[in-house]
Amino acid sequence: MPYRLEPRGERSQLWSYASPVLAVVLTIVTMGVLFAILGTPPLTAIETFLISPLLTVSGLASLAVRAAPLIMIAVGLSFCYRANVWNIGGDGQFTLGAIAGGGLALFFPNAAFWWFYPIVLVAGVLGGMFWAGIVAFLKLKFNANEILTSLMLVYIAQLVLTWLVTGPWRDPMGYGFPQSAMFSAGATTPDFGTTSIHLGCVLAPVIAIILWQVMERSVLGFQLRVVGQAPRAARFAGFSNAKLTWIALLVSGGLSGLAGIIEVTGPIGQLTTEITPGYGFTAVIVAFLGRLHPIGVIFAGLLLALSYLGGDAAQINLHLPNAITGIFQGVLLFYLLGADVLILHRFKRVRAPAPMVLAESVK
Amino acid sequence: MDSETIGPATQMPPPLLSLCGITKQFPGCLANDAVDLTVGQNEIHALLGENGAGKSTLVKIIYGVMKPDAGRIEWLGKAVRIGSPAQARSLGIGMVFQHFSLFEALTVAENIALGLNNPADRVGLQDRIVDISTRYGLPLDPARAVHDLSVGERQRIEIVRCLLQNPKLLIMDEPTSVLTPQEVFKLFETLRRLAAEGCSILYISHKLEEIRALCEQATIMRLGKVVAHCVPKEKTARELAELMISAKLKEQDFGHKIASTAAPRLVLDRLTIRSNQPFGTDLKDISFSVAPGEILGIAGIAGNGQSEFMDALSGEIPAGSPKNILLDGKPIGHDGPAKRRRQSCGFLPEERNGHGAVGPMSLSENGFLSAYVRGALHRLGVINRRRTFDFAAGVIKRFDVRTTGPQAEARSLSGGNLQKFLVGREVVQQPSLLVISQPTWGVDAGAAAAIYEALVALAQAGTAVVLISQDLDEILLLCDRIAVIAAGRVSEPMAVKEATIERIGLLMGGSEAEAVDALPA
Repeated sequence: MPYRLEPRGERSQLWSYASPVLAVVLTIVTMGVLFAILGTPPLTAIETFLISPLLTVSGLASLAVRAAPLIMIAVGLSFCYRANVWNIGGDGQFTLGAIAGGGLALFFPNAAFWWFYPIVLVAGVLGGMFWAGIVAFLKLKFNANEILTSLMLVYIAQLVLTWLVTGPWRDPMGYGFPQSAMFSAGATTPDFGTTSIHLGCVLAPVIAIILWQVMERSVLGFQLRVVGQAPRAARFAGFSNAKLTWIALLVSGGLSGLAGIIEVTGPIGQLTTEITPGYGFTAVIVAFLGRLHPIGVIFAGLLLALSYLGGDAAQINLHLPNAITGIFQGVLLFYLLGADVLILHRFKRVRAPAPMVLAESVK
Repeated sequence: MDSETIGPATQMPPPLLSLCGITKQFPGCLANDAVDLTVGQNEIHALLGENGAGKSTLVKIIYGVMKPDAGRIEWLGKAVRIGSPAQARSLGIGMVFQHFSLFEALTVAENIALGLNNPADRVGLQDRIVDISTRYGLPLDPARAVHDLSVGERQRIEIVRCLLQNPKLLIMDEPTSVLTPQEVFKLFETLRRLAAEGCSILYISHKLEEIRALCEQATIMRLGKVVAHCVPKEKTARELAELMISAKLKEQDFGHKIASTAAPRLVLDRLTIRSNQPFGTDLKDISFSVAPGEILGIAGIAGNGQSEFMDALSGEIPAGSPKNILLDGKPIGHDGPAKRRRQSCGFLPEERNGHGAVGPMSLSENGFLSAYVRGALHRLGVINRRRTFDFAAGVIKRFDVRTTGPQAEARSLSGGNLQKFLVGREVVQQPSLLVISQPTWGVDAGAAAAIYEALVALAQAGTAVVLISQDLDEILLLCDRIAVIAAGRVSEPMAVKEATIERIGLLMGGSEAEAVDALPA
């Protein structure tokens, strides 16, 4: 190819927004090719996967329900990533939030909603904070890489949950299934009318807007951005790296925990071994697709939520494997990372190298 | 090209190297614009220009590191294409870079052996190193490990490494920026002998006196173009400077040479700090004091602990005990940067990008970075955007920063303009103590003069200023007293009028005792 990548020398504002769009388009094309290989007409498959879930009111409600935890977690992750703290353990913090709040709910089955439910939510937030706090402690005390510790804590959290619902917290009336009792009415997330839309669907965008303002207007947000972009400048300004690392991890852990407790007290209604289809990992894609900006995260969250619904629809209507969802997400992240190269680079047509030196010599 | 070379080609030896119309475009910057350069045989040729004039790009093209977009290169009268440094070396071009590439843990001979293309050349290498180093006055012990050697000795390794290949042209990129005056003198002797024995030298520098003393011909570059070919000895340093920078130099006299008797503003008492960098320099037992209204210069060669010293004074690295650093008698050794600013200190480190300023952030935000404490730019944890914007706008106006406004990103400014903004940011806060490092590094003469004026005005208003700089002229111009930092130790400050270049040079080399001997009787 007579084209070559060369550095732009600056960030392209245009491409930082166009890159996610290009990535989505390329992902859809690739999925079409994949569907064709699997023997399904590509247009039908894409219609089933990406459009049919949006055509009914209940479909739109499901979209909001799926997007809510993704947005909550991803907003927190963006907050972290802006400060160069790479928390990828959202799933673990989500799980700990569900365990902390859910455990409390199981112990007080008769408490009244108006005072008990807020306490359950706070317990969920604290659970997520605790799990992320371990990561902060290990990073600051032992300089342990937070990518590894946060990831490993996901599996620990999952095993703790499995142990609880197959052991001490198993529902005695549950025919031996690995699940807790259903939560009482005092610890159930309120929903709205006949749809499945619940409190979390409203909270998620509100949280996104609040964190957007914190990021843009507050001294704290400024400090986090400086630490992320130029750690030495942050030290020069006198911003404490340790304090900011704690804040970034506690905020994102708390939001993941909140997403977890709302999920189990809402759509699921009890603790089981499978409370998350990898929301914490999908949220990483959401955060980057949304350009680490809370408002971008709302849109990205809706798109990735659609991939879950589309996967279900493709499985039911087209008898395609449910793994389609994971493939869609993986392909999207792949193209996004690839397209992001264009933010700092551009393609330049390479002319045939002009003869630099003529064969004659000077007199 | 000289008019004499128009005659029959067989009579005159062709020039060693001749460049014609060399052009190199980078994104957003034409680094070399139709550059011509001719280096004769046995000639020491200066390539002169400010930072960013395109000198480095040109020599990288000559040494085969970069390819030009257009233009021709002739070597001994024949057109050549230099595709890689290996090709350049096989033609007979050697280069001593400004930053050395040496393995600290290996010996001199091992380092040189690693640079050889042909393993057979290693036979008898030790003898040849000793032979060359004695012949050209570059004393080196091949068995010593590099980490024990001074910067000057390390440079000799690089030179010997080049000479082993019997080069016809030796390119030296800013060789004296890391040397003491005595070492510079020795280096010049070596270079003159080399030229006499048939090795031409292309000498890159922006130090005018050096070039007048050493070089026979000079090519002067500005903004990617050649502005003059001349014989440096026939020009004054002032004329060369005016060719190098676009504006005419203003006669400068910063008549600030008052001795203060007030109580000291800043006292360092046996400040000792371990570096937080893997190959950093530890600070050892530093004691001195600075009075209000005084400018104290800290001279020294790069890498002798200046950055650790800056960090220690700004509070980025805490001192061992609070009492190691006293501000108006109060111990502040354990206070962080924000707390020191609250007590009316200002700081500006050497590195602009990513330390003193955040490139992708706006000037407004960069103003907030250091002025949020004393400029009252925030309230209840929320940034006061109006005041922050006005603060930056005020700095831009007062210091004549060329930019589109406070919303412009810091990295969109030229080095000199950004530096004016950053110096202005500290100055308008009217600190009672200002510590500033390399304030005019990479800055054009006009901006440098504005920065000097601001510093002197600040001192006259009663601020104690500590100026850390490798530019001795700058220190002699501005400061009341001068101390020298070498290997993490700071010498006893002396009045500038008692300081001789010779004594400062000895202190820079770390020889305190000899420096005392060199005191004027």
